[in-house]
Amino acid sequence: MANIMGFFLVLLSLTLSLYPSCALYEDQVGIMDWHQQYIGKVNHAVFHTQKQGRKRVVVATDENIIASLDLRRGDIFWRHVLGDSDAVNDIDIALGKYVITLSSSGSILRAWNLPDGQMMWESFLQGSGPSKSLLSVSASILVFSGGCLHAISGIDGDVLWRRELSGESLEMHKIRQSPNGETIYAAGLVGSSQLALYELNPKNGDIVNHKMALFSGGFSGEMLFLSDGTLVALDATRSTIVTASFNNGNLVFHQRPIIEIVPEFSGSASLLPSRFKGSVAIKTDSHVLLILVRENGKKMETLDKIEGPSAISDALLFSEDQQAFGVVRHEQDVLSLSIKLDGGGNNELITDNIKVDGQRGRAEMVFINNYIRTDRSQGFRALVVMEDYSLMLLQQGNIVWCREDGLASIVDTTISELPLEKEGVSVANVEHSLFQWLKGHFLKLKETLMLASAEDIAVIQEMRLKNSEKTKMTRDHNGFRKLLIVLTRAGKILALHTGDGRVVWSLLSPSFRKSEKCQNPTGVKIYQWQVPHHHALDENPSVLVVGRCGLGSPNFLSFVDSYTGKELESLRLTHPVTQIVPLPFTDSLEQRLHLFVDGEKRAHLHPRSSESLGVFLRELPNIYLYSIDSERGIIRGYGLKGKCIREEGDDYCFETRELWKVVFPLESEKISAVATRKSNEVVHTQAKVLTDQDVIFKYISRNVLFVATIAPKATDGIGSITPDEAWLVAYLIDTVTGRILHRVTHLGAHGPIQAVFSENWVVYHYFNLRAHKYEMSVIEIYDQSRADNKDVLKLVLGKHNLTTPVSSYSRPEVMVKSQSYFFTHSVKSMAVTSTAKGITSKQLLIGTIGDQVLALDKRYVDPRRTINPTQAEKEEGIIPLTDSLPIIPQSYVTHSVRVEGLRGIETFPAKLESTSLVFIYGVDLFYTRIAPSRTYDSLTEEFSYSLLLITIVALVAAIFITWRLSEKKELRDKWR
Amino acid sequence: MAITWHLLFLQVFCFCLFSSFTPSNSLGTAEGSTINGRVKIEGMGAKGLGLPGKSTNVKVILNGGQRVAFIRPDGYFSFHGVPAGTHLIEVAALGYFFSPVRIDVSSRNPGKVQAALTENRRTLNELVLEPLQEESYYEIREPFSIISLVKSPMGLMVGFMLVAVFLLPKLMENLDTEEMRRAQEEMQNQGVPSLSNLLPGRSNN
Repeated sequence: MANIMGFFLVLLSLTLSLYPSCALYEDQVGIMDWHQQYIGKVNHAVFHTQKQGRKRVVVATDENIIASLDLRRGDIFWRHVLGDSDAVNDIDIALGKYVITLSSSGSILRAWNLPDGQMMWESFLQGSGPSKSLLSVSASILVFSGGCLHAISGIDGDVLWRRELSGESLEMHKIRQSPNGETIYAAGLVGSSQLALYELNPKNGDIVNHKMALFSGGFSGEMLFLSDGTLVALDATRSTIVTASFNNGNLVFHQRPIIEIVPEFSGSASLLPSRFKGSVAIKTDSHVLLILVRENGKKMETLDKIEGPSAISDALLFSEDQQAFGVVRHEQDVLSLSIKLDGGGNNELITDNIKVDGQRGRAEMVFINNYIRTDRSQGFRALVVMEDYSLMLLQQGNIVWCREDGLASIVDTTISELPLEKEGVSVANVEHSLFQWLKGHFLKLKETLMLASAEDIAVIQEMRLKNSEKTKMTRDHNGFRKLLIVLTRAGKILALHTGDGRVVWSLLSPSFRKSEKCQNPTGVKIYQWQVPHHHALDENPSVLVVGRCGLGSPNFLSFVDSYTGKELESLRLTHPVTQIVPLPFTDSLEQRLHLFVDGEKRAHLHPRSSESLGVFLRELPNIYLYSIDSERGIIRGYGLKGKCIREEGDDYCFETRELWKVVFPLESEKISAVATRKSNEVVHTQAKVLTDQDVIFKYISRNVLFVATIAPKATDGIGSITPDEAWLVAYLIDTVTGRILHRVTHLGAHGPIQAVFSENWVVYHYFNLRAHKYEMSVIEIYDQSRADNKDVLKLVLGKHNLTTPVSSYSRPEVMVKSQSYFFTHSVKSMAVTSTAKGITSKQLLIGTIGDQVLALDKRYVDPRRTINPTQAEKEEGIIPLTDSLPIIPQSYVTHSVRVEGLRGIETFPAKLESTSLVFIYGVDLFYTRIAPSRTYDSLTEEFSYSLLLITIVALVAAIFITWRLSEKKELRDKWR
Repeated sequence: MAITWHLLFLQVFCFCLFSSFTPSNSLGTAEGSTINGRVKIEGMGAKGLGLPGKSTNVKVILNGGQRVAFIRPDGYFSFHGVPAGTHLIEVAALGYFFSPVRIDVSSRNPGKVQAALTENRRTLNELVLEPLQEESYYEIREPFSIISLVKSPMGLMVGFMLVAVFLLPKLMENLDTEEMRRAQEEMQNQGVPSLSNLLPGRSNN
């Protein structure tokens, strides 16, 4: 009997291992997942609006993306994500059909087919040294990079000619092709005060004319071509406009202090790189001035003065000799766009005041384009990039479309519950939903019986996607509906609904806006501040957002209500923060206690209330901190001492004292990756029952840190090192005592390392230089000191040590098991599924280099795998050992979509134990929910209620029919 | 159409024989060598995977993201200025599984490049990367069939009911009227009808 049972178990485990557990049917796409595509903050834009064909705008962004967008709707036609080190320098359109991009600091020039984004040619430009990279596309494609000027054929990317324009400290600043295509001008500086101007022949690149002239005042480095042979620059003090022009073969300078043109000028000015005809735009501290330059700089006058922070577009030639430019200003939540004529006077063509969402900040960039209206007058459209990186198209005083492209640069994310459902449902609603329900099931029945027409199938698919249940703004029974709260690099906080990914609210807090004090605020981290359970009906949860200025230490905080998106409080810290530690304690309002560690290793407690202080002081001896200094290779552990000595009266400040430190030898080991358990992870059981009825105990401690160090030489990339010079050392360190629990060396291993820590195991991914393959290793640690607890007799007699408290200070006897496997792909990010109670088996979520996410059962990375598992081990579900981990296409959680630029994977538990919510972010966003051991605790979406109904109806009908039949028969029998 | 394709392929093939592994001498050794290669996917886009199976979706990645190259319409890609050493090339194409390729760039004779697939250790004479297999990300839904309907819990329920309705009366009919009466009497005597009373009766028969 036992044999038969065993056989069935093996069969079961085999079938389970054969079928990937989270496979999806194609028609299920979009039911529980959503995918959003973004491009990032636009920094270059070129319009392509010819009469025939679709109107589009080609953009390049901060995320190294080039994309073609539909001008009508803002959708992406096509998009390419260039490599991390392949930043786009400039883009343009050549021959009316190719998008030309110059990238990698001017060394790679590519042409992309405008309609479909296919790369047509690629040209590698070799220079002789670093320099500015400039692109000019008009008659021909001219690229200045690496100290050389290249002329490139637009058809096939061949270099037509190449002219070296570098010499001793000569630095080129601008190139210009004359409108008639007869001359190329190139201007540069030798040192800071000598101007060099070249005239070249566009046919062969010969230097026709070359002049050098010294200007005593020196140059600031910014310059512009005003017209052929006339240059405008600023002097070294940035207070005088200098023009230089060819005059009878000589360079002639004219200079004019700005203060003479604008009497109220003070401070320093800068040239805006906008291309205007005959005039220059100068940005001063308070204004943007448009200055008309005439007669080679002899006369200058102010054309226009634009006050306040504003964005100015390039000049656009819209009729034979008229140029216009756009100015966008922003006041409160009104965006005013004015299109002005370049020629002179205060000739405003269009002024529109458009009301925009107040959470977008000010306008940063504007690109304009013209079109002919139906009444044959000139119309203008403007593409505006806002402070929160969003992109808007304005036309005729309206916002045509708006893209929330800040979501391409998410830095951190957390989750929040939705409000509880309030009592009271109207009858009409119920009737309506009942009718819908019946109709839906009728249609599904038709589909099952293959009676559905194409229209019906479309309706069914739409109903599946637009399930009104999943987009409700209230909590559901299974815990699938939640709010994803994300923080973008721009400092904007957005709440996304997990049902369909729509933005519920967004907030650009005043402390995250650009100001005099802080030119470049960025978001750093987001923490859950308050999660009410006891008063869930009348208190809203809130999050803590941490930001910083530029590259400095984080120094401002913002507390935001998770339901409404209102800022509750904002705080500017007096001390820069190096580390923020959420503590496992809450006060009576369920606000989580946080420690902010400053540069002098003093810990500041938040929230600042006497109650939280009481909670904190009670737990003071049990609080330990650690810091990782990867630069110097030191990990330090701290305990808390007492009140700060220097800051008298500050009750919330505590001194720390160093308890231990682990110093890695800098010459041989460099910290490359660290991993800890998620603080909110739930472990169901500590014991693990083996096949021989033996029990081993997992070593589960919140204070274990995984550190991986690599050889310092092995940081430059795979190709740069031989296997003998590379190694990886993995450590498991107890962060309370600093004790190294385990240490293992992998020779010939190379970074980058991705690691994930869960329960009692770590999985890490690295490159094996000897095999030239990627490898994954697993370490599991078990507690040996509890091994004798399994004796029942001892338990009965009370001679067990279960009651002794677990302490990091008691010397742990740990047992470590580990194993390594090959893995095919590079890994960008790794995570592990988390469920509400931790009962469900785990899956590793692996973000591969192809921007897909693979779900891999933990059973595949189990150190107990052997080549020939015994019968008993097979029954337990141990998979025979293979040298590489399997990649099953059906177990990609991202199925057939790519999460471009994948950076992070977050998992959150749902209320339903079998299910885990997965949010993947990068340039794109992807959300889905997965069930690592299938949904064993609820009926799947696939469950056919209609079939159940039919069966019941059929049974009832059969009962009645047979009853009648039997009655008749009885009657017949009685008559007989 | 087919002929032109063949011609193109032939041309491309010859071209790559001569070009992909010949050293690009014009590029100095200090700057590293150039790796030229080709991604070849048979019948791209022909298979209905619900994917835009275009070559615009193909990326070639050097050393786990150090550099990214895109392929031209004919499938060619190149990396310039690659330093000597052993490198890894991966191809990211939705719907296809490519083996990573180990690339040895020689430092002694610049431009000499050797390649081998890391998955099956096959050396490549020329750098033409082909997918090892197609990947389909979805389960194939089985078409509607009576068998599956019958096998489902509901089908079994109905089936059992049918058995109960039509076969059990037949069993009853086979019983003798005598036996039947006796059984009924027994039942009345005992008060509680049970299946065990019926079964021995049948076996006696």
